[in-house]
Amino acid sequence: MKEFVKKARRQKNLIVGGFITLVVLIMAIFAPWLAPYHPIDHADLMEAEQPPSLAHLFGTDQQGRDILSRVIYGARISLSVGLVSQGLNSLIGILLGVTAGFLGKRWDDFVMGLTNIMLSIPSLVFALAIMAVLGPGLLNIFIALGLTNWSYSCRIARSQVLFNRSLDYVTAAQALGYGRIRIMFTQILPNIMGPILVVATLGVAGAILIEAALSFLGLGTQPPTPSWGGMLSTAREQLFTAPWISIFPGMAIFITVLGLNLLGDGLRDILDPHTTRQKR
Amino acid sequence: MLKFALRRILQFIPTILAITLILFLLLNVLPGDAALMSGDLQDKGLDPRFMEEMRKRWGLDQPIHIRYFTYLKNLAAGDMGLSYLRREKVSGLIASRLWPTLKLALAAMLIAVSIGIPLGFYSALRQGTWLDAFSMVGAVSGVSIPQFWLGLLLMFFLAVKLPLFPVQGYGDGALKNMILPAFTLGVGYMALLARTTRAAVVEILSTDYVRTARAKGLSELMVNRKHILRNALILVLTTAGLQFGSLMGQTVVVEKLFSWPGLGSLMVDSIFQRDTPVTQGCVLLIILVFLVVNLAVDLLYAVIDPRVEYQ
Repeated sequence: MKEFVKKARRQKNLIVGGFITLVVLIMAIFAPWLAPYHPIDHADLMEAEQPPSLAHLFGTDQQGRDILSRVIYGARISLSVGLVSQGLNSLIGILLGVTAGFLGKRWDDFVMGLTNIMLSIPSLVFALAIMAVLGPGLLNIFIALGLTNWSYSCRIARSQVLFNRSLDYVTAAQALGYGRIRIMFTQILPNIMGPILVVATLGVAGAILIEAALSFLGLGTQPPTPSWGGMLSTAREQLFTAPWISIFPGMAIFITVLGLNLLGDGLRDILDPHTTRQKR
Repeated sequence: MLKFALRRILQFIPTILAITLILFLLLNVLPGDAALMSGDLQDKGLDPRFMEEMRKRWGLDQPIHIRYFTYLKNLAAGDMGLSYLRREKVSGLIASRLWPTLKLALAAMLIAVSIGIPLGFYSALRQGTWLDAFSMVGAVSGVSIPQFWLGLLLMFFLAVKLPLFPVQGYGDGALKNMILPAFTLGVGYMALLARTTRAAVVEILSTDYVRTARAKGLSELMVNRKHILRNALILVLTTAGLQFGSLMGQTVVVEKLFSWPGLGSLMVDSIFQRDTPVTQGCVLLIILVFLVVNLAVDLLYAVIDPRVEYQ
């Protein structure tokens, strides 16, 4: 842990990315206290499409709602979609990858075949197909994104288990008479969490982008829920007359995803000795 | 080589079969009823007898496994079924939309490759300089920027404020209509290629063969071109091939934004209209293009890397 902190201090990516992510997290948690207005109820048509001013720092939208407040509340949707769906992906990926790597044989062949098929389907297209079946809505986004991106976690988990399987600590656990499930999940899993965490961090960023794209296409979170992608979708028609309606939600997505990507890159540099060597 | 190519093509079959099965099962548990989507509905109302007749006509009264096998049999003959709404053949609809999408994806790839690879290459050669820092900040930003937002910004600045390009539309495929959507689509891909190329070149720079090439007095140009770039391209090509699939997927958003009449916009429209055969056809075709590109990448290895053995 001490070594991790020492390395982390030298990682600019990790520090900048971690800081951005922390700010977005605080925004999401404390939205009711940070937002100057209610994101849905405070609508005043007399104040519709007002440019940024002291009363409304990011301006107002078509229905006179405060864009800053909606952007702050939007962090809740984006982060919850990112975290829940990636949590589901990691769970599926770890379960399949660890068991495939440890048990091998036919189960491994089956899991790898399934993973390769999943990898050959672009995740946005697959998510769209699932949303076509389930219909728009936040819960359905959790499911659609939670089922489409587990293949990366699965491949990483499997390859790490294959490497760890032959190490002394696993042999020692076997000699002590530990069962297979105990070895897989209490001995190997804690040792391979680093690379899985890196994939998960980048996965959260990817999920936020896909959620925004789905909401932008009208298949994601539905109005009046303040989601960044959804706000951009309705802002399109006002691009020429009120561009600020598009600029701020887009910037929020961009900065959040940038933060998570930097955090993921920084974590990779610390946790994966191979890439550290590769970089310099 | 020919044997390898044939074997790789044969490996396609189980993958495609599995994908058709997953898609068919997924899309045919759709809660909406295709009979309800029929254009005749307005004339006949919600008469149950009529609904039954419609279900029969579309074969929806059959058990799902029979429907799947019928679908597969027709698919093998190039028939993707009829659109519920337009009463046109799905294959015809898709064929008319495939070229605009491919054109857009290829143009995006061209922009990405011609900027991303040189940028990554020169950043690696000049590690630690402002060019390196600038291009890598640009690369991580390029991966993080939501495409539809970038597209909106480009539209606002380059089509509205400075009317250099049309705001949207296909414009009979004119080049000026293609530039904004292709750039929007290509930016993420470009950033990824720049990062991959830089990482590959940095690793190659410290290898013994590069040191040997320099020690024997080869010119910097020769070392860069013959020893570094050629070896880096092997890794870059893998990323380029794998990412082409997600590029095809992302055309959906860019096409909708720029009102581009391609597969992606057809797919989104069909989802809203619950026109399952069209959705199914579009998804399948996008995946097929991805698989074909991956095969082409595998075969291209032979040209770039003579060490690859086709066993």
